[in-house]
Amino acid sequence: MQELAIKTEGLGKQYRIGGTQARYKTLRESIVDGAKAPFKRMGRLFRGEAYAGTGLHESIWALKEISFEVKQGEVLGIIGRNGAGKTTLLKILSRITEPTEGVAEVWGKVGSLLEVGVGFHPELTGRENVFLNGAILGMRKAEIENKYDEIVDFAGVDKYIDTPMKHYSSGMQVRLAFSIAAHLEPEILLIDEVLAVGDIGFQRKCFSKMDEVAYAGRTVIFVSHNMEAIRSLCTRGVWLDEGKVVYEGDATSAINLYIESFSGESAVSTIAEESHVVDSGLLRIDKVSILDSEGRATSRISYREDFSIGLEIGILGTIEKARLGIGINSPGGQRITTVHHTDKGGIPLGVPPGRYAVLARFVNDLMPGLYVISVGAHEEDSGKSLDYIPYAIDLSIIGTSKEGESPDPANHGLVDMEVNWSEVERI
Amino acid sequence: MKEAEKGEVQETETGNSTAGRTGAAPMPERIQPTRGWASLKLRDIWRYRELLYFLTWRDIKVRYKQTIIGGAWAILQPLLVMAIFSIFFGRLLGVPSDDIPYPLFSYSGLVIWTFFANGVTFSANSLVVEANMIKKVYFPRMIAPLSSILSCLLDFTLAFMVLIIMMLFYGRGPTLAVFWLPLFLLLAMVTTTGVGLWFSALNVMYRDVRYALPFLVQAWLFATPIAYPSSILSGAWKVIYGVNPMAGVVEGFRWALLGAETRPGGIIAVSSGVAVLLLVSGAFFFRRTERIFADVI
Repeated sequence: MQELAIKTEGLGKQYRIGGTQARYKTLRESIVDGAKAPFKRMGRLFRGEAYAGTGLHESIWALKEISFEVKQGEVLGIIGRNGAGKTTLLKILSRITEPTEGVAEVWGKVGSLLEVGVGFHPELTGRENVFLNGAILGMRKAEIENKYDEIVDFAGVDKYIDTPMKHYSSGMQVRLAFSIAAHLEPEILLIDEVLAVGDIGFQRKCFSKMDEVAYAGRTVIFVSHNMEAIRSLCTRGVWLDEGKVVYEGDATSAINLYIESFSGESAVSTIAEESHVVDSGLLRIDKVSILDSEGRATSRISYREDFSIGLEIGILGTIEKARLGIGINSPGGQRITTVHHTDKGGIPLGVPPGRYAVLARFVNDLMPGLYVISVGAHEEDSGKSLDYIPYAIDLSIIGTSKEGESPDPANHGLVDMEVNWSEVERI
Repeated sequence: MKEAEKGEVQETETGNSTAGRTGAAPMPERIQPTRGWASLKLRDIWRYRELLYFLTWRDIKVRYKQTIIGGAWAILQPLLVMAIFSIFFGRLLGVPSDDIPYPLFSYSGLVIWTFFANGVTFSANSLVVEANMIKKVYFPRMIAPLSSILSCLLDFTLAFMVLIIMMLFYGRGPTLAVFWLPLFLLLAMVTTTGVGLWFSALNVMYRDVRYALPFLVQAWLFATPIAYPSSILSGAWKVIYGVNPMAGVVEGFRWALLGAETRPGGIIAVSSGVAVLLLVSGAFFFRRTERIFADVI
């Protein structure tokens, strides 16, 4: 039987949210409050409750009744929307903050990466910061010394290692920070969304380093909005929503359920005023919709099922030639593709004011996951932007096709291209 | 010693973990809400002693970066105050100084006082300054104020060397009482740590501390026998005066080094008691409030 690494039972965390923004009080406020019931207040203060408030403060449960188990060597992904309590859970497991109720039991030394480069000091050199940051992350001095060369090498900053950090570019700082983090070897590793840093080459390096960690049999809990990373790294998944566990099981099912939870929300998106980042007064895209292969409006498309994106446009002034564009982005904000209206012989708009509609049909190569659609328009000759909506509508691609086919689990990418392989020939 | 460490609960040396982990230790670490007074967990601090070392080392390295005269500030601070005191109190007001040349008298007090004042000020702000670290990484929080205080020891050492030079200059050699010196240095550490722990924990919850502290430290300076000797007080008052633990520290420090005629007995006893009380209460108060630091900082 596999041994447990983490077990939580009824874990809950309550935050008091004082007034507007002030999380800490001034003594004057406390005195005014305290005048009403000074002894009660002091009592609370000494009991160590967050804010000896007078009951006027609202409280929210960031986590409630969280119970799950992680076995040794498992890589658990935690997914959920912003504010679902993912980071709070990591903070409790790494002892940064205490739970309000419940128990967590942890077998083994925990290392947490909620942020890379914690404690970096700009006046210290790269070398000094490696030792400082390593110690902050819980590495022993001897351990850092052993891995020092590897860390510097991995970050690729050898030349500047004796230069004060304040002269580093932000990219170099992040690379060094991640490199230290990647060489952390606790028995249990807790990772918050920290991979979304650095250039693509470095990200790839980090991913393979993480894979190494996973293969080394270490227990990892990984929080991310990056479904692709979760899918490729995690064996199991927990989906948190509003502080509660909605699903616990294999990673793929957790991801699929999570993605499905977004569907039906907005098959047709009426663009709100504040979503336009460009306002030319000449052209406005005011409605964006997603249609499945049968022409029904939905935001849930099956794997390999072709879909269409429909735009409704109001032309408000005289435009010579306009080009419409649609972009598909990963949840991490990376542009996967941009298509333009005139790419495939469409007719540029050069039309009198009025309302128009257009439909773009896509051959679906996307891997299952959650995507964000951007739409926009620009004048063809001047390139002047007429309208741009970076976040127009969500598109979910469900894990299995209508024929019950699933993508190759070894494909860790965002796109599943059709490929024709030749015969293997002897050369 | 290595072996002893490995034996500790479930903490195995991570460096060896690749060789094959020996499965879960029988006793897991329990994470749950602490109720009532928390234990001091001194062992936890011991485990993180390397972090204590690194943070102290960083504070020392960084403190005088991008200054022109650098570490000379450590000497200049007490020296300048000494000059002011010597002119106003020594010369103009003719404050007595127990037959010790006034500059030497006030400087000897200021050396240990500056350690206390800086230690309290730096440690009181240590948690707030490290807010991001506290929100993102676990470590025994007490490490932050402790490292701030330890880093002040270097400044103290520099200022102390100037004191030795002054002693040579005035021809005041130490007496046998000098063997008591380590004890008074320890008392200074205890007092500074006690006060530092109280204020650092309070500062997390009430930022008023940051603004009130400079005034408090200044007032405290005058409530301590630095510019004047405690011998101007008589009998029982002198002992009550010891309630200010820095009174005992300064008197004792000065006596051990410069050998004032009478041994300051009662005042030291009272000060020591108060200092220990401050340290113990400060440590427990700190531990009690520590659990909410990451939430309110």
